[in-house]
Amino acid sequence: MKYLHLIWAALFRSKTRTSLTLLSVIAAFLLFGMLDSVRVAFNSGGEVAGANRMITSSRLSITQMLPYSLTEQIRATPGIKKAAFAAWFGGIYQDPKNFFANFSVSPNYLDLYPEFKLPAAQKKAWLDDRTGAIVGASLAKRHGWKVGDTIPLQATIFPTKGSNDWRFTLRGIYTVDDPKQKAQENVLFFHWKYFDEANDYVKGRVGWFIVAPDSGGSADRAANAIDKLSANSDHETKTQSEAAFNQAFAKQFADIGLIVTGIMAAVFFTLLLLTGNTMAQAVRERIPELAVLKTIGFSNRSVLWLVLAESVLLVVLGGMIGLGIASLLVPAVSAASGGMIQLPGMLAQTWLVGLLLMVVIGVIVGLLPAVRGMRLNIVDALAGR
Amino acid sequence: MKRLKGFFAGLLTVLALAAGLFAWIMLPWYAVLGLVVLIALWLLLTRSGKLAMAATSIGIAGLPQRWGASLVIVVGIAGVVGVLVAMLAMGEGFKATLDSTGGDDTAIILRAGSQAETNSVIGRDQVPLIGALAGLAKGADGKPVSSPELSQVVNLPSMADGTDANVQLRGVGAAGWALRPELKIVEGRKFGDGLREIVVGRGAQKQFRGLALGKQLKLANQMWTVVGVFESGDSHESELWADVDVLGPAYQRSSFQSVTVKLDGKEGFKRLKAALAADPRLKLDIETTQDYYAKQSAGLTKLINILGKVIGSIMAIGAVFGALNSMYAAVAGRAREIATMRALGFRGVPVVTAVMLETMLLALLGGLLGAGIAWLVFNGYTVSTLGQNFSQVVFQFRVSPELLWTGLKWALGIGLVGGLFPALRAARMPVADALRAA
Repeated sequence: MKYLHLIWAALFRSKTRTSLTLLSVIAAFLLFGMLDSVRVAFNSGGEVAGANRMITSSRLSITQMLPYSLTEQIRATPGIKKAAFAAWFGGIYQDPKNFFANFSVSPNYLDLYPEFKLPAAQKKAWLDDRTGAIVGASLAKRHGWKVGDTIPLQATIFPTKGSNDWRFTLRGIYTVDDPKQKAQENVLFFHWKYFDEANDYVKGRVGWFIVAPDSGGSADRAANAIDKLSANSDHETKTQSEAAFNQAFAKQFADIGLIVTGIMAAVFFTLLLLTGNTMAQAVRERIPELAVLKTIGFSNRSVLWLVLAESVLLVVLGGMIGLGIASLLVPAVSAASGGMIQLPGMLAQTWLVGLLLMVVIGVIVGLLPAVRGMRLNIVDALAGR
Repeated sequence: MKRLKGFFAGLLTVLALAAGLFAWIMLPWYAVLGLVVLIALWLLLTRSGKLAMAATSIGIAGLPQRWGASLVIVVGIAGVVGVLVAMLAMGEGFKATLDSTGGDDTAIILRAGSQAETNSVIGRDQVPLIGALAGLAKGADGKPVSSPELSQVVNLPSMADGTDANVQLRGVGAAGWALRPELKIVEGRKFGDGLREIVVGRGAQKQFRGLALGKQLKLANQMWTVVGVFESGDSHESELWADVDVLGPAYQRSSFQSVTVKLDGKEGFKRLKAALAADPRLKLDIETTQDYYAKQSAGLTKLINILGKVIGSIMAIGAVFGALNSMYAAVAGRAREIATMRALGFRGVPVVTAVMLETMLLALLGGLLGAGIAWLVFNGYTVSTLGQNFSQVVFQFRVSPELLWTGLKWALGIGLVGGLFPALRAARMPVADALRAA
């Protein structure tokens, strides 16, 4: 620590070079911060701490609906604590560009999603209103909806009495606290009972079940028991953990993780070369100075540490600024997209992985010049040989 | 006062550079060619040009000595161009696949407001009504060419890791093949009428497990046999096809989802649309298949384009600083050499040109390297994503010549920015100071 001012002075010996290198490092970590939060937003669906939920859907395809009669059978299955169900509605609000998910759900749906916080009075008002709906706070804000408003949706799949116009009354606005799960605030829920009665096509059918196994019991055994209910019928089911279900779904769009890793590999490889070159130059220029340091009593080892610390400081400084800018930009992107894109903001894990990367890159690029500084022969170096 | 002047000169350079870059990105290829020819002529024919050539060759001769710094520019720019081209190639490939699907001589009819086949329902009673409308082409047997179809999403394990993927199983009527003449059976045969047989697209076969010729497949609790493989070069290749009259009962579907029809000549679409609107029994939407599929690619292609350019821009900014760094170092390292040249009578323009040309050369190398790697690795790389119909669309990355050109333009743009300031510094260096120093 007592050498910090020395390292700092060495770092800013050539202001142009250091600031240009810093700017490159900033750009690299800015990209890392933003891409990583995209990856997290994409892949973290359903990994809610403490929520031990399973999804039961049709084995044939997610678009295949299941009979409502399964509900009681599932609830009666040993090892199952609660079961709710939902169905995809696919309504459009004014314009297809305003896309948000809308489901019809069973009355006990929110019991399985305790992370959706809805005031008790609003919840009661919703349950009491046949055509009532609830939406997440982000969605309500995006369209300026208030409790009591009528929300018209255009059906794309299910007409009602020959028309595509459905109307719901907004009875409650729920919030989700976990920043990772903010995207869940972009959903509209209404009653499955209303959907079942009012749509022209399907009767007594639900999309999927959400099941909570008994805590302590084996989730796998419960899942098998549920799937056995419908084995060899025309509506075989597949029960899996919510995280697995969501991940399989996210993967269908693209392997975002792979794309992000690919891009970042290219970026960091370039960065290694760039900062490596800077450090090599910096040490080459300073050879006489390092020799002087050794002459006045710095050990070989402390010279090694000085150079290493300098390169790590360079990368960490730039990286932290880059991640800092990313943490400001990410919420701005969410805001600018009007809620269409919900990025969770920069998470602790991104900072942590970023910091680790900075230190590793700093050490790698500093190592060769540092060893060179350590092995320096005082006489040769001072003579400029 | 002098500092103020310097500040304004710097500001002016930056503004001119921004305008120049913008013009550069917009420039069509023939204008670029003209520019290159002009510069070449200037270099070869005029006195200052010849001096610039001489100065450049001195700089380039010294490049191997500075290989570390030069490599930073080349690799940095290669990274930007590689990522940019790969991302854009993904969007391009998706768009090309959907744009080449369908044509303007066939049309697809869906339930009003349903947007995609998955959401649509067309009753059995409506199909003959559609067949009787004006604007439909008649086949050799005098019947209208129309194929009532079902589009069922089925779960198949993906080739990559075995997770379930949504695949489109299309049931087609007898006219389904005639409506899509681009579809060719390349292995096996077509499915037999009334049999539980399927033919699979080449793209689907590569992306999902268990679709080899002769394999049995369990769909809707029944065993189906893969009897053929087809190629079409468009999004149908991501699908499995079966006889609609077998598929419907298997999935307990009593109605259809879409009707694809052949249009009667150029005016066919207008007449059919008018006839459809006039019939109160048919609350249906109609689009040419070309429009229907092209529309599906618009959103995703735009998103990929924007993403690619944003990521590319951030990387480019990083690479510009890297290039600036290397070129400043090169100019500083050659301070005495440059000062000597200027003392000998090389003026500002040749010196600036020499540094710029050197940077541009490195940038060009980087651009070629990046674009080349992107082309080698990603051209024809097959992936799939979830399309409009809630099912996988298999497509290939398409590294088109236009994209390579875009990549090279970006590379040269980065080189321009990275070289200009060091070049100006080289030209402004006080000769006497530089000679005395070091």
